[in-house]
Amino acid sequence: MSVKTQGKPTEVPELLTVGFVTLLRSLGLTIPIGSVIAFQESLRELGLENRKSVYWAGRTTLITDPENISLYDQAFIGFWEGQTFLEQDLLPLIQTVTLAIDDGLPLDEIADKEEHPEGEVINLRYSTSEVLQQKDFALYSLKELEEAHVLMQAMLSIGGNRSSRRKLPSGKKTQYPDLRRTIKRSLRTNGEPIRQDFLERGKRLRRVVFLLDVSGSMETYARALIRFVQAAVVGRRQVEVFTLGTRLTRITRELSSRDLDRAIDAAANSVQDWSGGTRLGETLRIFNNDWGQRGIARGASIVILSDGWDRGDASVMSEEMGRLQKVSHKIVWVNPLKASPGYEPLAQGMAAALPYVDQFIEGHNLESLTNLAALLSE
Amino acid sequence: MASDLPNKPEGVAEGLADFGYLASEGLATAIFLSLSLKRPLFLEGDPGVGKTEVAKTLAKWLDTELIRLQCYEGLDISQALYEWDYTRQLLHLRAAEASGRAVEVGEKVLEDEMYHERFLVKRPLLQAISHSKETPPVLLIDEIDRADDEFEAFLLEMLSEYSVTIPEIGTFEARIPPVVIVTSNRTRDVHDALKRRCLYHWVEHPGFDREVMIIRSRVPEATENFAKQVAAAVELVRDLGLYKPPGVAESIDWAIALGRLGSRELDESSILGTMGALLKYREDQIRMQDHGIQELLDKALARVG
Repeated sequence: MSVKTQGKPTEVPELLTVGFVTLLRSLGLTIPIGSVIAFQESLRELGLENRKSVYWAGRTTLITDPENISLYDQAFIGFWEGQTFLEQDLLPLIQTVTLAIDDGLPLDEIADKEEHPEGEVINLRYSTSEVLQQKDFALYSLKELEEAHVLMQAMLSIGGNRSSRRKLPSGKKTQYPDLRRTIKRSLRTNGEPIRQDFLERGKRLRRVVFLLDVSGSMETYARALIRFVQAAVVGRRQVEVFTLGTRLTRITRELSSRDLDRAIDAAANSVQDWSGGTRLGETLRIFNNDWGQRGIARGASIVILSDGWDRGDASVMSEEMGRLQKVSHKIVWVNPLKASPGYEPLAQGMAAALPYVDQFIEGHNLESLTNLAALLSE
Repeated sequence: MASDLPNKPEGVAEGLADFGYLASEGLATAIFLSLSLKRPLFLEGDPGVGKTEVAKTLAKWLDTELIRLQCYEGLDISQALYEWDYTRQLLHLRAAEASGRAVEVGEKVLEDEMYHERFLVKRPLLQAISHSKETPPVLLIDEIDRADDEFEAFLLEMLSEYSVTIPEIGTFEARIPPVVIVTSNRTRDVHDALKRRCLYHWVEHPGFDREVMIIRSRVPEATENFAKQVAAAVELVRDLGLYKPPGVAESIDWAIALGRLGSRELDESSILGTMGALLKYREDQIRMQDHGIQELLDKALARVG
């Protein structure tokens, strides 16, 4: 099946391809050498005369995620069309978000920074002493590292199993005969199948989806919770993590590094609405539309880590929780405020969501989170 | 077709267009590269944007066989690659036993007889590898995101070598590698290693002009004006924030449904009557009605002019 019918393949200077790939890598894309070779080969087939062909050659060989297309587009314009980069264009994509440095502000000032019109309720939200004890969650101390490992161990077994459609050899008599083994064995008895072998359905981990609220009102907790979630991503398979706030961000991949500091850093960088406002219902809708209903939430245990503050329309919240409930296995809502004495789920979003929640638990410290691990295994 | 494949992506676009598939420039380039570099093509995109159709049309254009493997959870080697014909094996054994041959020739000979190619049932992947024609078949691995990671790992091996090993017989290697199209609806992330083995293309909803052309080529009885009205309306519907925005497949179905009702122009009652061809969720239908069908219609007609 020869495709080239005319002329020699175009000579493509390696400096050009490697230069472009280096630029993409510097923007944070992972591009293995095999893809670079494919890119080079593609350009040789397509030639360099047509700008669009060059564009598609790169996109087809170097990009494997639709999320990275806009980054690729920018890099392409900068590199191949000779336009210099406008740094501010790229800035939002590579900006560094610093995580959780305790700047020693008195608590009321921290609260002010969170811009809460519902200021009078703030004292219900968390126990002050505990917040002040939190230092820098982005940097793990040795002790914290140990804690994290303990958590990860706990996470290994969470989430329970569901029965899989993949069948495995079984020692018991089941409804699925294993003809392959039966026949193989019967060879030893001169072709008489004396003993029957069976298959049984295997077990698979049930997927757990964490939806972590990173809006302003959750700021202090989100930092701690993200450690817990990171432990789950590394400790167990079949975990997905999204952040909710003013937008939806998927951070599963960022959190999957075993280097804890790097994982949390990478995740923090990719979340652009850190400590922003709250539109829980609407971000939940985006989750349902783009991920949940399609498959990620189907049959999964959903864990929402949020205080339930929602400045959007409560009916949206209720509608979207309903949709989520229909496709998921169960929904656990972890609310850090629940531990506060006299807490009532009065926040509009929380009240709207509650009818769809299977379990409503507290999550203000490490211990309660370990309980969550146990709960998920049920 | 085997010897005179086009030497430019435009040639691929023209070839596919002859069989009713209008590929965008990017998709045509990706297919062109897949054919010339002999690499699998990984197509990802929303349901209904025409991913599966690429493989079907490609097979028609290349005038070759289409071998389809529909993925699902629990898909295993016995369904994807090969299985032994147990019933016939058992019969063979029983016959050998009844005639006394079993004892006579011994276990070793009997085993060789039983695991012979004539008792082998070839499943899609093995069919695609062991073809004997000059023009390789098109292998469609559909909705890989529905299969589990064990299968993905297995596929990775097969796609890099274009060969498979059956322990009882030996290795099958493709003389000419099949044209491989892998599709995914992205219900979960397929492992990067698998995507890297392939060329990757994200299939978008078509733009207005291309959608009009697609409708016209798939629904020949649709007039230019009618196709434009349908495309304009579908484009508006996609922006309503629905659970499942309609894909091209739905546009085509809808145009056909409208045609069956004898509509030559979009109007409110025909939209109401055929909405089920366009929107598959009750909530989406309600949302569209709440939005106002007349308003949508006015906007669509205004666009077409």
